[in-house]
Amino acid sequence: MSVAIKVEHLSKAYQLGVIGTGTLSRDIERWIAKKRGKADPFLRIGEINDRTVAGGSDIVWSLRDISLEISQGEAVGIIGRNGAGKSTLLKLLSRVTAPTSGSIRIRGRIASLLEVGTGFHPELTGRENIYLNGAILGMRRKEIDRKLDEIIDFSGVEKYIDTPVKRYSSGMYVRLAFAVAAHLESEILIVDEVLAVGDAEFQKKCLGKVKEVATGGRTVLFVSHNMAAIQQLCTSVVCLKNGMVEFQGNVQDGMQVYFSSMRAGREMQEVALQKRRTGNKKAYVAGFEVKLAEEGRRLMIGVAVEASAEIEKTEIAVGINDGLGIRLITLHSRFTAQQFVLKPGTNWLVCTVENFFLRPGTYTLDVSLGSKFDTLDYLDEPLEFEVPEYSLYPTSVKPEGSQGYLMASHRWANH
Amino acid sequence: MEITTPGEENWDMVIEARSNLFQLRLRDVWHYRDLLVLLVRRDFVSFYKQTVLGPIWFFVQPLITTLTYTLVFGRLAGIKTDNLPAPLFYMAGIMAWNYFSECLVKTSTVFRDNAHIFGKVYFPRLIMPLSIVISNLVRFAVQALLFFGMMAFFAIKGDHFHVTAYALLFPVLVFQMALLGLGTGMIVSAMTNRYRDLALLIAFATQLLMYSTTVVYPLSKVPSSIRWLIEANPLTSSIEALRLGFLGAGTFSWGSFGIGLVVTFVLALFGIVIFNKVERNFIDTV
Repeated sequence: MSVAIKVEHLSKAYQLGVIGTGTLSRDIERWIAKKRGKADPFLRIGEINDRTVAGGSDIVWSLRDISLEISQGEAVGIIGRNGAGKSTLLKLLSRVTAPTSGSIRIRGRIASLLEVGTGFHPELTGRENIYLNGAILGMRRKEIDRKLDEIIDFSGVEKYIDTPVKRYSSGMYVRLAFAVAAHLESEILIVDEVLAVGDAEFQKKCLGKVKEVATGGRTVLFVSHNMAAIQQLCTSVVCLKNGMVEFQGNVQDGMQVYFSSMRAGREMQEVALQKRRTGNKKAYVAGFEVKLAEEGRRLMIGVAVEASAEIEKTEIAVGINDGLGIRLITLHSRFTAQQFVLKPGTNWLVCTVENFFLRPGTYTLDVSLGSKFDTLDYLDEPLEFEVPEYSLYPTSVKPEGSQGYLMASHRWANH
Repeated sequence: MEITTPGEENWDMVIEARSNLFQLRLRDVWHYRDLLVLLVRRDFVSFYKQTVLGPIWFFVQPLITTLTYTLVFGRLAGIKTDNLPAPLFYMAGIMAWNYFSECLVKTSTVFRDNAHIFGKVYFPRLIMPLSIVISNLVRFAVQALLFFGMMAFFAIKGDHFHVTAYALLFPVLVFQMALLGLGTGMIVSAMTNRYRDLALLIAFATQLLMYSTTVVYPLSKVPSSIRWLIEANPLTSSIEALRLGFLGAGTFSWGSFGIGLVVTFVLALFGIVIFNKVERNFIDTV
């Protein structure tokens, strides 16, 4: 089978912080270095893209020396944690931005759906927007003429096709937009999470369309956090981690890699001694680890406690707060009537929480450690941890905004 | 992003970090010509639909400006207008200047205005500035109609002016103004993308630039000591040619007109090159 996309040593660096005003001098410096054939003075080779560790320079490698080959007709799922470089790869493939180094070779016309409805104008009618959006995506007028009926039919908004789209509901808007994009004629299709839009029925329709494309001998690149969809659609996966390819191969193994990297994504985070804390210091919190196991069903919070001597009857409490510091739950060993004996050295106190589903996002932990009458250690500054992207629900919809921080399995019925 | 023709390995597209500065990818632009047409249509329709007065607004602005200039520069300051009826004299300058400055100002913010589209989908970015220039052409045409109407009115009134053969240059003049606005606009857009503070300067600079062209005064009244400065502006020769063509009075020489054209082409080419260069990475800095 011939190769449709060949990526060689592809890298992309982003500059953090302020660019523009005030960097004129830096620009000149960089330019001089370049002219003299020297390396960019503000780029450090070998730095990897890990957002948890602040790099020494303000350059972040979003992709680092990636090489890939994708065969014609393959449906490839691209998976990885947030910030692994998935979106950057798609942006480079769809030519929205240029690589810092390396190259991409493509055989065939490429169409990307990074977002649907790009360039929709509220004042124009549905029909006019089909033409405009289609043209933005690279379709010729004749092509759109030919497909117009099919597009309108697929979108299911025939009745309002000559109404300005500003009067559309958001669902109609998205349906129309996806309909245009789905009818692009291309050998390679890039899809980025567009399936997270619309109602369940429409999502099914979209998935069906992508599947149709995939089985029709065209090459599909599909980025999603929805593992069920990946499993259903893709013939192979690429797993990215910190801007590098962690795995490329069959779907089953790829998902294993993905889940294990999600679980082991965070090694123990050390808690600096300088952190503000109160207590008698006979034992102190040296580190912590938050793990999400079994696709989110089990939350494990480990606290590393350094004890200077044997301490009996130790109690521990961990509070989980939302991003604003509002307490969601307190996990106290007193609630479970447990006490521990700390041995000199490092002790791991691990709390396993079953069926407690936090929505993806950033949370903070309060940790306090005490014996019956004494505070051993109490952290004044909360510790931060992140719950990676996942969803409990079959639709893979996640609660957002004011929809609360918790998820739970539930079912509706009409009795 | 360099797109090369299929090489020995038969690739349809090659995306690389560096690209040839002078690869303008105009064929790519040609492929997207339908988009250009649709964008122009969008601009026109949305403008028409959004304003209460609709296209009347196209007339009101130049008319009021002409009136103001006639009062301030003509009556109060007493600037001579080459013996032409003052409103006609100013209107000719205003419509030309409006077209140029609209192209310049709109093009200079093209990256910021379209970041949401540019960040999501690829098409030759040059399409956007081109659509701006052509959209404005529609406005310019409306103002030109107004100008011709005014000519008819003053002719009936018996005022003294006449159309000369230079009027045949009209399409060339319009083309030159479009190209000039496009070129300078793209240069500015590339610079403001990197150094944001330049954007503030532009509004101010365009205003100053207007006074260095012969919008509110004729070239014949400029003292010879600073005349070279005014003539260095390629827009001066086109405005003078416009007045000479339609009103029969203006300072025109083929020499300065030719230089103006050359300067325009150089600016436009430079604009496209720098625009294409910035376009590759701009989305990272917006």
